[in-house]
Amino acid sequence: MNNEQFNNRNVSEDGYFQVDIKDYPTTGWDKFKRVVQRTFRLELFVGLWVVLREMIVFNKHTISYPEEKMPIGPRYRAVHEMKRLWESDAERCIGCGLCEKICISNCIRIDTKIDENSRKEVSEYTINLGRCIFCGYCAEVCPELAITHGGEYENASDQREHFLLYEDMLTPIDKMKAGAQLEFEGFGAITPHEDERVKKTPLAY
Amino acid sequence: MSKITINIDGKEIQTQEGEYLLNAARANDIFIPAICYLTRCSPTLACRICLVEADGKQVYACNAKAKDGMSITTSTETIEAERRAIMEVYDVNHPLQCGVCDQSGECELQNYTLEIGVDSQSYAVKDVDRSSHDWGHLHYDPGLCIVCERCVTACKDMIGDNSLKTIPRGADALNAEYKESMPKDAYAMWNKLNKSVIGLTNGTDVLDCTSCGECSAVCPVGALVDTHFMYTSNAWELNQVPATCGHCSAGCQISYDVKHTSVANPEDKIYRVMNEWNYVSLCGAGRYGFDYENKVASRDEKAFEKAIEAFKKADTIEFTSSITNEEALILQKMKEKLGFKLINQEAKAFQTFLKDYSEISGTSLYGSDLKVVHNSNFVISVGSALKTDNPNARYALNNSMTVNKGAGLYFHPVSDPIIDGMGKSIMSVTHAPLQEEAVLYLVLDLFADKSKLPESLAEYLASFHSMKTITVTETVKEKVIEIVKEIKVNEETGEEEEIEVEKSKMVSKKVSKEVEVDDNRLLELLNVPAKFDETLAKNLKKKDKFALMVGPDLYTHPNSKNLARLVALIEKYTAFEVTIIPPLTNSLGVALICDLDDERGVHTIGYNTKAAFTLSALGDGDLDMPAMNQQEGTLTSVNKRVNPTNAALSYHGYELNDIANALGLEAENTIDYTVHLPVEAGFKAQEFDNLPNHYENDGTEMRGYLLENLKVQTSDDESVEPFNEEKMEGTLIYLANPVRQFTEFTHKATNLDELSGVYMSEEYLAKSDLNEGESVRIKTEKGELVVTIVSDNKIAGDIACLPTFDSKINSEALFSSYRFATASIEKV
Repeated sequence: MNNEQFNNRNVSEDGYFQVDIKDYPTTGWDKFKRVVQRTFRLELFVGLWVVLREMIVFNKHTISYPEEKMPIGPRYRAVHEMKRLWESDAERCIGCGLCEKICISNCIRIDTKIDENSRKEVSEYTINLGRCIFCGYCAEVCPELAITHGGEYENASDQREHFLLYEDMLTPIDKMKAGAQLEFEGFGAITPHEDERVKKTPLAY
Repeated sequence: MSKITINIDGKEIQTQEGEYLLNAARANDIFIPAICYLTRCSPTLACRICLVEADGKQVYACNAKAKDGMSITTSTETIEAERRAIMEVYDVNHPLQCGVCDQSGECELQNYTLEIGVDSQSYAVKDVDRSSHDWGHLHYDPGLCIVCERCVTACKDMIGDNSLKTIPRGADALNAEYKESMPKDAYAMWNKLNKSVIGLTNGTDVLDCTSCGECSAVCPVGALVDTHFMYTSNAWELNQVPATCGHCSAGCQISYDVKHTSVANPEDKIYRVMNEWNYVSLCGAGRYGFDYENKVASRDEKAFEKAIEAFKKADTIEFTSSITNEEALILQKMKEKLGFKLINQEAKAFQTFLKDYSEISGTSLYGSDLKVVHNSNFVISVGSALKTDNPNARYALNNSMTVNKGAGLYFHPVSDPIIDGMGKSIMSVTHAPLQEEAVLYLVLDLFADKSKLPESLAEYLASFHSMKTITVTETVKEKVIEIVKEIKVNEETGEEEEIEVEKSKMVSKKVSKEVEVDDNRLLELLNVPAKFDETLAKNLKKKDKFALMVGPDLYTHPNSKNLARLVALIEKYTAFEVTIIPPLTNSLGVALICDLDDERGVHTIGYNTKAAFTLSALGDGDLDMPAMNQQEGTLTSVNKRVNPTNAALSYHGYELNDIANALGLEAENTIDYTVHLPVEAGFKAQEFDNLPNHYENDGTEMRGYLLENLKVQTSDDESVEPFNEEKMEGTLIYLANPVRQFTEFTHKATNLDELSGVYMSEEYLAKSDLNEGESVRIKTEKGELVVTIVSDNKIAGDIACLPTFDSKINSEALFSSYRFATASIEKV
């Protein structure tokens, strides 16, 4: 997916056009004239004909959900996903706690501890989806692009808690191995030309 | 010290002559960047970022002293260039792991990098292996370390352990070009930084110190972290509860950093203890002994009913001094209303000592405090195992040694390697137990103006002096003139010639002389080290501020009354300012508030001490009480300050106030009593909620309030009794805790893992056939006890220490009341 069209935020003036619409009648006589016109031009049958025609040719304009689904935008903010590193398949989350801090509905909570390799380990990661307002701040603040929003908007269940299991949010390892993990393109993702903006640090190796 | 005016960036400010510019600026809210400087310690000059221009000359604000009329500019173009280069250097090879670093944004490297506006890097050097070290209770990551040496400075100048030092980094030399291209100070700082990292002085990879953790508190980055805290929480998640440490009488300012326990458990938990390290230093118990709370789920009504019944039946309440002033007042009110007897032996001894002292001094309290000790330059300590009785007193002693170039005398029967490690200027005198009176007489003899002393006392002191003749070998330097033949080249002829040259040389010669000297029998009695007189005379040079600390050994001494009077006489007739160290957390408060009794009645209720019915904050009694970190109230410290403490953790059970209310007193909360603390004892009628608990920028302690030192009627009788020369001899035991342990509460804390048993020095164990871990039977005329031997390298000599922190070992039962006793120690 190419992001260029989203990044170009300069809407040129000729992109707009005026809708050809007449001014509303103001006087009583003008209003009367409009009623007479609408009544005798039989506009009603124009609409009825359009419907009838489409019914005859079976040209459907709706989709049959849930068999069919609409494609959704890359910036759509549905239930969170936890991503893995492409290099090692390891979890990206480093347990920095920024998502927990920034969450405005205070629905993220994590526990961290030191693991056997003296590294920081996330021992518990929970999002209370019952409180989440899907604002996307967590995905935006995440320095590792670890927590992102996914496209899974079907969160109907008899228990909201069913959606907040860390294991469910995490990219399944087989999907990862298959190279099928999708990167999130919304806020928090790397913008194009990022490399040009970074000042290089000299290295002495 | 006089007030002077200096000008910083056009702002006229008042300060003291000789004050460091940085401190003067900070006290007046003027910002000068500084990383390595620690208030109360000597300047380290590692970071060089505090560079300012004083009267047109570049100086370091942390070690340049203020002079009258000085004009200081904190920022010029060259200074800004230096600062920018310094911050860039600090960022060279600094790992970008801020996301997981335990400093979590409370990072001075981050702050100054942003403050100076470093947005690009111009320098580079090849990195070396800097893998992290587990030093026991501390974790050191050299990768994150910026070698500001604040940890080293704190350990040396404040704590006195000298456990840390800089060791070689083993890095490549800096690129030679930098010397020319870089700002001068930045290069010098980098050159030094590139050569060192922090290491341990003992050469191993495990700390062997008094485990105060002050180094991790002062670390500006996340290089030194408490192992127990590693990766458990971000700083911003922690709620800071301002409090006062409840382990000893120092009453240090602390904040309990509190957060929910885990995702599953929303109950608050203390994650760490922090302090205002520029103005107060904690000990290991204060920093790591925080989880001693009494977890109580709900009010146990049956136990409460039983408690009320027990109170109705009882005639005595016995308690320890680990209680707040308010609780002490409740107990006193209960006594007044219901006629209980109040028993607290250690506070009673202290109370009596203070009263005896007042009879001569004319004041209700001692005149000095530990702050005075910090600022003095000659300190004497008598009758206290300083490092375990009151660690802050030990820091004050060490601080005066290192920063004020002070000297001192440490009188104690148990010799202490920590005190000896403070340097040569402190002399330890290992006298026999029971000889504390002789020590005080010696202090009077050495320092009092004899002409002003009461006549009988002067005569008594004179009786120890006699003249004796000794042979002294002196080294005399003599001038000897020699004629030496030298070969020289004749400048005119170019030939070598032999010339005779006269040369004078200094030759030292040993001469024996017979000299008549003054012989002081007190010195011999106290077993002073060799050359005591000479060393003392040398140590006393240029000393003008004297401080004396006296400790708990004196209060329970059989002649404590005489000792108290001697202490008062020292304060009156010498230049010494006296601090009397209270034995336990709130002994001073209890001594001032409660009217304590000597004899107990038939039915006793114990508060934090075992009795027929026990109220306990340890959770092992008949009715639970809140521990110190679960209640609000005030504590009276050795500095005569009434410090407020807040509840860090919730408590759902009954407290003493509920019992008092059930027995007819009336107060909604315990802190309603704060305003009623006895004004006639020096307290002030102040509401608890109005008591501050912080330090100002200039170091002013805004904590609670200071006790009034009231005038007391004196009888003009200044007579003191001669002392008994009888020494306690044989196998001796001493009632003292190891470092980091004070009471059963510190024993309960998970991070304080000291073993309970009898503590013996390595020297003692090597000499005897006893070994660590063996069980021994200790027998005195009072009783006997079987305990395990613990080897302790923080004590020396032949006296074994029996701790009081473990209630399973009833050490007190072996002692009459004095902290020393003769005993027999046998293997079981």
